[in-house]
Amino acid sequence: MTNDAKGKGGWPLFEVFIRSKQGLSHVHAGSLHAADAKMAIENARDVYTRRNEGTSIWVVPSDAISASAPEDKGTLFDPADSKIYRHPTFYTVPDDVECL
Amino acid sequence: MSKVDPLFETCLRLGDTALVLGQRLAEWSSKAPTVELDIALSNHALDMIGQAQLFLEYAGRVEGKGRDEDALAYHRQDFEFRNAMIAELPKGDFACTMVRQLLFATYASMFYERMTASTDADLAAIAGKAEKEMAYHARHAGEWVVRLGDGTEESHQRAQDAVNLLWPYAHELFQTDVVDQAMIETGVLPDAAAFKGEWLGEIEAVLKRATLSLPEDDWMPSGGRSGQHTEHLAYLLAEMQVLPRAYPDAKW
Repeated sequence: MTNDAKGKGGWPLFEVFIRSKQGLSHVHAGSLHAADAKMAIENARDVYTRRNEGTSIWVVPSDAISASAPEDKGTLFDPADSKIYRHPTFYTVPDDVECL
Repeated sequence: MSKVDPLFETCLRLGDTALVLGQRLAEWSSKAPTVELDIALSNHALDMIGQAQLFLEYAGRVEGKGRDEDALAYHRQDFEFRNAMIAELPKGDFACTMVRQLLFATYASMFYERMTASTDADLAAIAGKAEKEMAYHARHAGEWVVRLGDGTEESHQRAQDAVNLLWPYAHELFQTDVVDQAMIETGVLPDAAAFKGEWLGEIEAVLKRATLSLPEDDWMPSGGRSGQHTEHLAYLLAEMQVLPRAYPDAKW
């Protein structure tokens, strides 16, 4: 565990993902400190689902996440620019299809 | 009081216990050990105050004298409060708060679970909401009691001190008097004595995981539910009631 991932009490940082309803994906909601995963779920319940946001919680130790480097942004993402043929915008979508 | 309406009295007992415990939990706001716990304890305080609001609103309707939940919460004195004494004891340290929450919420989740079958539709409906909240409080507190009891030497000692302090007060939750008996006979309230063994089993299971032990049953104070309180309640009420008493028309 890296030092900056630990809070004041020496608790590691967890990233919290909440699924708002069945059928949708878990979405990153924020992060919090907890002694272990079980406590992280309880803390997440109290911190991130108190306004009825959730049906499911995932917690992941922050240092278990590998992130792309900010300086790679150009190399990784710029090539996707100006490739409009990758967007399904050339199809006509019937009006009553909502979840597309 | 010449003649006590047992249903009104019952609503006060349920509502006042929730209100006073909610006020105690709210004392942690901005003072909890971590920001996550600060939010959790404030949520739990609001759960209790929400239950109190429902019970006292119903109490006002049962009484039929035009008092609403605010009138009952803010304009009664300590000897008119009917909460169990375990709710009014000072919040103490974090271990004390968690042990109380474990003892009370485990009891309350069992009580409300049975009260969902009440012959009184209003109480059954409140119980349906309260049951899940109390089950979560019991789970949350149970996890913390285990961590504290099975933690450092100091956290273990503090948790054991809390168990020793609070244990005598837990028994009042299971005692019944003529008011309770009248309500139990008509199916309005469940008989708490009937699930005391189950409650004790759950508490002992958590304490065992926490490497804590129960003290010998000895002194068992009671009387809060008939208006006899510790000296702590009046101070709690003074703080809770000061604003509506000083500014009776205040809106917030």
